[in-house]
Amino acid sequence: MSLNLSEIVSLIAALSILLGSIAALISAIGIVRFRDTFLRSHAATKSSTLSVLLTLTGVFIYFLVTQEYFSVRTLLTILFLYLTSPVAGHMIIRAAYNSGSYMYMKEFTKKGTSLNFRYDRKETKKDRRRRAEKRQMMNEAFSKNDKETFSKYKQVMKKDDPTLK
Amino acid sequence: MSFIILAIIKTALVIYGISIVVVLLRMIIGPTTADRVIAFDAIGAILVSVVGVLSIIYDTFSYLEASLIIAILSFLSTVGISRFIEGGRVFESKRDR
Repeated sequence: MSLNLSEIVSLIAALSILLGSIAALISAIGIVRFRDTFLRSHAATKSSTLSVLLTLTGVFIYFLVTQEYFSVRTLLTILFLYLTSPVAGHMIIRAAYNSGSYMYMKEFTKKGTSLNFRYDRKETKKDRRRRAEKRQMMNEAFSKNDKETFSKYKQVMKKDDPTLK
Repeated sequence: MSFIILAIIKTALVIYGISIVVVLLRMIIGPTTADRVIAFDAIGAILVSVVGVLSIIYDTFSYLEASLIIAILSFLSTVGISRFIEGGRVFESKRDR
C-alpha cells in the first residue's frame, strides 16, 4: 500500500475533525453536568469554540488538498466565530447576573460539595428578582466605594445560598 | 485509504449527533432562560461543524455558505434574547430623551 502526500494530509484533516467532535461531546457533557449558569457558560463558550475551529480547519485542509479549492467562506466562518463567540457569552452571562440566577461560590458552601452537582432546587421567579435587587444594591455600594454597605450585602448574599440550609 | 478517511468523518458526524442530543437535555430542563440560551448557542456552534462535515461527505462546496449563515443567525439571536432577558426590551431607541 503506497501513500500519496494528499492522502496523508487528508488523513490528518479527518483526524482533526474527529478531535473537534470529541471536544464538542466534552462541552455538551459539561453543559449538562455543571452546577450553575455561569459554570455552564464556561463549558459552552470555550470548548465549543475550540471544536468548531478544529472542524472547520479540517474541512478547509481537506478541500485544499483533495480538490485544490481554496474556500474563503470557511476562513470567514472561522474568523467570525472566533470574534463573536466571546461577545455572545459575555452578553448572556451579564443578562443572567442582572436577572439574578444562582451563583455557586466556594467560600459560601459546605466542604465537600462538588462543581458538577445537579441542580435540584426549585427556584421561583420571586427568589431571582430579590437576588437581582440585592446584586444591584451591591454594585451601587461597590461603585461608590461604600465599604460598610458592601460588606453588609455580602453577608446577606451569604445567607441567601441554598446549600447552607 | 479513502475508505478509512470517510469512516473517520462519519464517526465524527455520529459523535456530533450524540452531543446535540445531550445539549437538548439542558435546553429542556434548564431552570432559567439564560441556560436555554446557552444550550441554543452551543447547538448553533455544533450545527456549523455538522454542515462542514456534510459538505465533505456529499463532496460539494455549496454547503459552506450555509455554515456561515448559521453562525451569523445564531450570534444575532443570542444577542437579541440576552438583551430581552436583561431589560425586557431589545432595541433602545429613546434612550437620550
